[in-house]
Amino acid sequence: MNSNSLMSTISSWINRFETELQVDKLERKWLRVALGMVVLFVGSILLTAIVSGVHPPSHVETIDSASLHLGGEFAEDKLGVQAEALADGTLLVKLVAGRYGFYPREIEIPAGRKIKFRIASMDVLHGAHIPMTNMSTMIVPGYVAEVTTVFPKPGEYPMLCNEYCGMGHDHMWSKVTVTTPEDWRAPAEEIRHE
Amino acid sequence: MNDTTTQKLTLFNFWVAFGAFGLACFFGLYQVLERSGMFSFIQSPAVYFASVSTHGVLMAFVLTTFFIMGFGYYTATDSLKQPIWNPKLAWAGYGVCLFGVVLAAVPLLLGKASVLYTFYPPIQANAFFYIGATLLVVGSWIWAVIMIVMLQQWKQAHPGETVPLPMFATAANAFLWLWTSAGVAMEAVFQLLPWSLGLMDTIDVGLARTLFAWTLHPIVYFWLIPAYIALYSYVPQAAGGKLFSDELARLAFLLILVFGLPIGFHHLYMDPEQNHGWKLLHMVGTFAVAIPTLLTGFTVIASLEMAGRQRGGQGLFGWIGALPWKNPMVLAAILSLLMLVLGGFGGIVNASYAMNAMVHNTAWVPGHFHLIFAGTVVTLYFALAYQLWPRLCGRKLISEELVLVQLWSWFIGMGIMTTPWHVLGLLGQPRRISAVHYNSVLTLAWDPYELLMVIGGFVLLVSACLFVYLLYKTQTEGVGLESQSGDEGMNLQPVRPLPAWLNDFGLWNRVIGVLMALSYGVPILQFFFLKTYSPTAWGY
Repeated sequence: MNSNSLMSTISSWINRFETELQVDKLERKWLRVALGMVVLFVGSILLTAIVSGVHPPSHVETIDSASLHLGGEFAEDKLGVQAEALADGTLLVKLVAGRYGFYPREIEIPAGRKIKFRIASMDVLHGAHIPMTNMSTMIVPGYVAEVTTVFPKPGEYPMLCNEYCGMGHDHMWSKVTVTTPEDWRAPAEEIRHE
Repeated sequence: MNDTTTQKLTLFNFWVAFGAFGLACFFGLYQVLERSGMFSFIQSPAVYFASVSTHGVLMAFVLTTFFIMGFGYYTATDSLKQPIWNPKLAWAGYGVCLFGVVLAAVPLLLGKASVLYTFYPPIQANAFFYIGATLLVVGSWIWAVIMIVMLQQWKQAHPGETVPLPMFATAANAFLWLWTSAGVAMEAVFQLLPWSLGLMDTIDVGLARTLFAWTLHPIVYFWLIPAYIALYSYVPQAAGGKLFSDELARLAFLLILVFGLPIGFHHLYMDPEQNHGWKLLHMVGTFAVAIPTLLTGFTVIASLEMAGRQRGGQGLFGWIGALPWKNPMVLAAILSLLMLVLGGFGGIVNASYAMNAMVHNTAWVPGHFHLIFAGTVVTLYFALAYQLWPRLCGRKLISEELVLVQLWSWFIGMGIMTTPWHVLGLLGQPRRISAVHYNSVLTLAWDPYELLMVIGGFVLLVSACLFVYLLYKTQTEGVGLESQSGDEGMNLQPVRPLPAWLNDFGLWNRVIGVLMALSYGVPILQFFFLKTYSPTAWGY
C-alpha cells in the first residue's frame, strides 16, 4: 500500500467515525489539532531516536551483583577512568554503586569528549544523575547500566544518587571534575608522571 | 435511587478515604519541614522515610481506592436506578480492604516498611506490609466485579438502550482496574510475598520492576476517571448548561481504558533491564493517551462556555466571568483544569523519551504528580464530596463560604508547593532525599526554593483540615434537607442508541488483551530466558 492510499484509507475511517458519532464541526477541528500535536511530538522523538540514535540507557546486560568484588571488570583495581580509550576515542569509565557512594569517589574527565559510563550495583537499587547534564541512569542490581554522553562545560559536578537506597541515601554522591581537554591527562599518564 | 444501604456503604468508604487523606497531610507537612533542613532538631532519615512511605500509601492507595469504591457504589445505584448487587459482598470487600490497610499500617508506622509505596526490592519490608497491600487490592476486585455485574444486569433489563454516561465510565474504570492491578498482584504473589516470608532467598529485580511498571501508569487513570466523571456528568449542569458531547465523552473514556494500559515503560526509560525498542513502543502509547485528555479539556471548556454565554457572558472571554464561580463544582472544575494544563505540560516532558533524562527521579516528578493528582484529581474528589454529602447525610453543607475558601486555599497551596519543586528538579535535586548534605556549589542554588515549599505545605494542611472539618460538621450538625431527590446534579440526559462498540466493553477488552501481550509479552518472558542474577534481601 503506498502512502497516498494509506492516507485516504485513514481519512475515510475518520470520516465514517465522525458521521457515526455525529461529531460537531468545531470538535472535528480540535480533534485534528490534538492528533496533529501528538503526531508532531511522537514524530520528532522517533526521528531523533531512529535517525540520530538518541536513546535512554537501555543496555540489557546481566551481571552477578553479589560477586563484583571477586574479579572481572568491576574488581576494585579496574574501576575509574580507563587508561585505554575505545576504538572511536570514547573514554570508558567504570563505577561501582554501593551504599553510600559511587566508587571511585572522585573522577576527572575531559569536556567535549564522548564518555561511556559502565556502572554496576553491589547491593540495592541506585540511580546516578549529574545535575544540569543528561547523564542519568538507573542502576539495578543484576544489570550493568551503560550510558554515553558528552559534557560540554568544564566544572565541578556532583554525581548524585537519585533513587532511595536506604537510610544513608542523602549522603550518596561522588565528585566528577570535568576539565578542559588541554588540562586533562589519561590516568595511566598521571601515574607515570608521579 | 439512593437507598440507605448505598448511602451507608458510600459514607463508610468515603470516611476511610478522607480520614487517610487528612492524616497523610500531617505527614506531608512534617516531610516538607524535615526536608527543608531549617529545623535541625527534627532531622531524621528513619522518621522521614517511614513518613514518606506512609504518606504515599495513604494518598495513592487508601484515599483513592476507598473514594473510588464509595463513589462507584453511589454512581451505579444513582444512574442505573437499581440497588447494589449483593450488598453483603460489597461489605465483605470493604472489610477485606480495611483489614489490609490496618495490617500494612502497623509496620509502616513502626518504621518496618520504609520501602516507599513503590516497594523497591531488593530492599525488604516486613511481610505484613506486603500482605496488607495485597488484601487492599483483592478487596477492591470485589468492588470491580459488583460494578460489572450491575452493568450487565441493567443491560439485560434494558436491551438496546445506551448505558448512562457516569455508569459507562465507572464500568470502564472497573475493567481498567482489573487489568491494571494484575501487574502488581503478580509481583506480590510470585515475588514479594514468598520472598518476604522466607520461602525464596532471592528476587529478580528486573522482573519486579517490569511488573510494577505494568501497574504504575494505568493506576493514575484509575484515580483520574472519577474526576473526569465529575467534569462530564456534574460540571455542565452545575454551570447551568449541558454537556457539549456525550458521545465524545464515551470515546474519551474508552481511549483512556485502551491506551492507558500498555504504556508503563515510560517509568522505566532510565532502566537497564529493558531494551530501547520496547521503551519506544510504550512512548508512542504514552502520547496517544494524551488525546482523551485533550478531548476532555475541549468538551468541558466548551460546555462551560455554552453555560457562560447562556448566563449572559459576551465576547471572546466574557463567558468566563459570567460562570457561577461560587458554585463549588464549577470552581473546582476551573481550578482543576488550570492545574491539568500545567501538569499536563510537565507530563509531556516526562513522557519525552530522551528529555526524561533531565528530570528523571528529580523533584520535578513529585512536582508533576502533586499538580495532577493532588491538584486536579483530589480537587474534584473534594467537589464530589461537597456534592454528595448533603444527599448522603440528608443535611445541608454547614457553610458555602468555607467550602470556597477550602477549594481556593488548596489550589493556592498546591501552586506554592509544586512550583519550587519543578524548579528544584530542573536544578537536579533528587526527589527522595530527606535532607541536602551535598557539599557542592551547584546544590547551594536550591536553598531559596525550600522555604516556598514549606509555606505551601502549611497552606495545604490548613486546607485539608478545613475539608475534613466541613464534612464532619455537616454530617453531625448540618440543617436537615426537606426533600431529597437522588440524582439531582448528575447529568442523565437521554442518549440516542449508540453502536455496540460505544456501549459495551467486550471488543475493547479483547483489544487490550492483544496490546498487553504485544507490549509486555517479550519484556516479561525475557527474564525467564536471560541468565539473570537475583539479589538477596537488604535492610535499609
